[in-house]
Amino acid sequence: MLKAISLSLLLSCSFGATAWAQEPKMGGWINAVIQPEPPGLMLAQIQNGPTQMVSGNIYEGLLRYSKTLEPLPGLAESWSVSDDAKTYTFKLKSGVTWHDGKPFTSADVLFSIEMLKQTHGRARTNLVQLDKVETPDDTTVVFKLTQPFGPFLGIFEVGSMPMVPKHLYEGTDYKTNPNNNTPIGTGPFMFKEWKKGSFIQLVKNPNYHVKGKPYIDGIYWQIIPDAAARSVAFETGKVDVLPGGSVENFDVPRLSKVKGACITGEGWEFFSPLAWMWLNNRAGPTANKKVRQAIMYAVDREFAKDVIWNGLGKVATGPSASTIKFYTDDVPKYPFDPAKAKALLKEAGYKGEKVRLMPLPYGETWQRWGEAVKQNLIDVGFNIETIATDVPGSNQKIGDWDYDIAFTYLYQYGDPALGVARNYISSNIAKGQVFNNVEGYSNPEVDRLFAEGANATPDSKRKELYEKAQKILVEDVPVAWLLELQFPTITNCKIKNLITTGIGVNDGFRDAWIDK
Amino acid sequence: MLSFIAQRIAKGAVVLIAIVILNFFLIRLAPGDPAVVMAGEAGASDPIFVAQLREKFGLDRPLLEQLFVYVKGVLSLDLGFSFRQQMPVASLIAERLPATLLLTLSAFTISLALGITFGALAARFAGTWADTAVTVAALLFYATPIFWVALMAILLFSVTLNWLPSFGYETVGGNYTGVARVLDIGVHLIMPAMTLGLFFMATYTRMTRASMLEVKRLDFVKTARAKGLRNNVIQRRHVLRNALLPVVTLAGVHAGTLVGGAVLIETVFAWPGIGRLLYEALLQRDYNLLLGVFVVCSAMVLIFNLITDLVYRLVDPRIEFAS
Repeated sequence: MLKAISLSLLLSCSFGATAWAQEPKMGGWINAVIQPEPPGLMLAQIQNGPTQMVSGNIYEGLLRYSKTLEPLPGLAESWSVSDDAKTYTFKLKSGVTWHDGKPFTSADVLFSIEMLKQTHGRARTNLVQLDKVETPDDTTVVFKLTQPFGPFLGIFEVGSMPMVPKHLYEGTDYKTNPNNNTPIGTGPFMFKEWKKGSFIQLVKNPNYHVKGKPYIDGIYWQIIPDAAARSVAFETGKVDVLPGGSVENFDVPRLSKVKGACITGEGWEFFSPLAWMWLNNRAGPTANKKVRQAIMYAVDREFAKDVIWNGLGKVATGPSASTIKFYTDDVPKYPFDPAKAKALLKEAGYKGEKVRLMPLPYGETWQRWGEAVKQNLIDVGFNIETIATDVPGSNQKIGDWDYDIAFTYLYQYGDPALGVARNYISSNIAKGQVFNNVEGYSNPEVDRLFAEGANATPDSKRKELYEKAQKILVEDVPVAWLLELQFPTITNCKIKNLITTGIGVNDGFRDAWIDK
Repeated sequence: MLSFIAQRIAKGAVVLIAIVILNFFLIRLAPGDPAVVMAGEAGASDPIFVAQLREKFGLDRPLLEQLFVYVKGVLSLDLGFSFRQQMPVASLIAERLPATLLLTLSAFTISLALGITFGALAARFAGTWADTAVTVAALLFYATPIFWVALMAILLFSVTLNWLPSFGYETVGGNYTGVARVLDIGVHLIMPAMTLGLFFMATYTRMTRASMLEVKRLDFVKTARAKGLRNNVIQRRHVLRNALLPVVTLAGVHAGTLVGGAVLIETVFAWPGIGRLLYEALLQRDYNLLLGVFVVCSAMVLIFNLITDLVYRLVDPRIEFAS
């Protein structure tokens, strides 16, 4: 526990506290780890984590978001919303150019929207209420919605809606466009070289639209597939930045003690990763609400936080992470209480039927967590069988509803309408698809609250609706919420100002500088 | 000999096509689908998006049609397009093959040279402390998991002694050229090649020793000794040469499999080779890339088997090629 507390304290105060007080210095290269190797860098077509992390330096979105999720200017310098909340007008920055020198205009925005609807699953979902886009001049873009959509200003971050150069993609086969391998964006860094399996080199964009930035000359993203080898690379000074999740959590306390190492948990506010266990609501023992509640009481989440996650993160209270909008902790509570879990199982008439538990195949930390939960559940009387599989196998089993309990974690994207509702509304029950309502929970009242919450105005009305939804969900326990995860970013302390927004390392290194 | 080689190549081509067809069906038996994996990574997996991905990559076509298109491509040396990496498979493999060949051939050469030398020495001094030392060391290297040896080597030579780089093919950002680059790659190669070579070295040591001890007992060795030949000559020209055939057979099998078999070493040392490509393709169910790597690895096994047969003839001139 002491270790956990000290690490939390370290996280809260050690990262770049004096960075703004110092004058940024120009020059130098940052060596950062990227894991796993991204399949490609064309952000409009590939949206996995590593692609976002590297390409967040090359491409840009119209907006960025602060650590409290307030919109910040990106490629758009200002924006306004009509009184009926159905028209959003963005004024683009003038003088912005693509890396090949061509000007960035509203036509690029219009083209990007159309392309993303075809290639970007999340953008398509986010734009479902979009009626049309108008571009009255080169620096103005008007989005007209069919009805108000509360989180609309929250969908313009670079990973959710990257801007794509129309002059290079229009009329081409997006899949085989040669520019996919030499991506052209408007961002602070330009693509230079990708030695597959070794490194990706980005160099400073000398014509970046924010004068004086970026400060550094470039970035080497080093591809090191083994977690232990990544830790060694940091210890031996071969890399300066270990982005969140790039080393096993049990290595974090040791690495945080390396001389000259700084550590922070900031930069994940927009994503707010929340871990839970899918519980199959359709069949087997977990179809019974009392059994699901028993699971919540049986699992020692404080232990998982303190021991498996080294004190990082926070015990989840329900479907929303505490960092996103409209969160409430005024919900039923499920403290660790094995006696209550046993009583509920008895009430439910559980007779020791086999329950299949599928840990998340994301590495050692998750395997250990699976073992700990298995032990918790066995202790209260469950008959648990662990199912081992890899990522595609796990996706298939979950998508086909062929599981009883399965670990997962998902991003919440700052707003319940973007990253929470999708897991609980009945319209999102679709066999064969992962990461939607795979537990099969269906409650017309919850459906109504989420539907109204997305379209309601003002925010106070949305808050009321989402708080009601959270209370019902926590009572019904469609899934077993575990932890609000925290993926610490570990850096060489001479790297300053690396994380300045709620999007963190994924937002690019435009503000970072090296204190030589 | 030429007709022997031509025959073997023709048979090899048939085997290769059979392997392609078998693998085509086998990898589709594994649970999971590339479209669902990719849609999952996008953070939004709706049926329309998944259907779009399947259509985009031709996965919505009947299986036999997909097989026909693939085999037709292979016959015209087109290994297809990687769903996930969005690049032609042949380019991806060509990019990684040199690193793997450098690593595996270095490891193979080291293991063969040292394995035969130590095995011969152990057999020559059978029953002495030198034999015991070699046998125990060989057993140790044979039994120790290769990834553990790799991690311990990194701890010792990189973290503690700081003598060797812990990962990579060359110094990133070093921008070396010419001899300096060769030396840089060489320094990066030492640990992965030695680690990979240790297991095989142990195997060849044990095989050479056992084989030589067996040959030593044969009548022609006694004859050679009776003729008054010096012991060193007997050991080198008569015993070792005759004892090498099983070692050559084993080395031939290993050489073929080494290309795809260096996954662990390539992963631990971040060596940008085909083993890692294969592993990543497997985790992502990147069918075309997986099949492409299988084709290359199978071709390597066939080529090394042919080379092994040719080496038999060199080692033992009594062996003739069947025409």
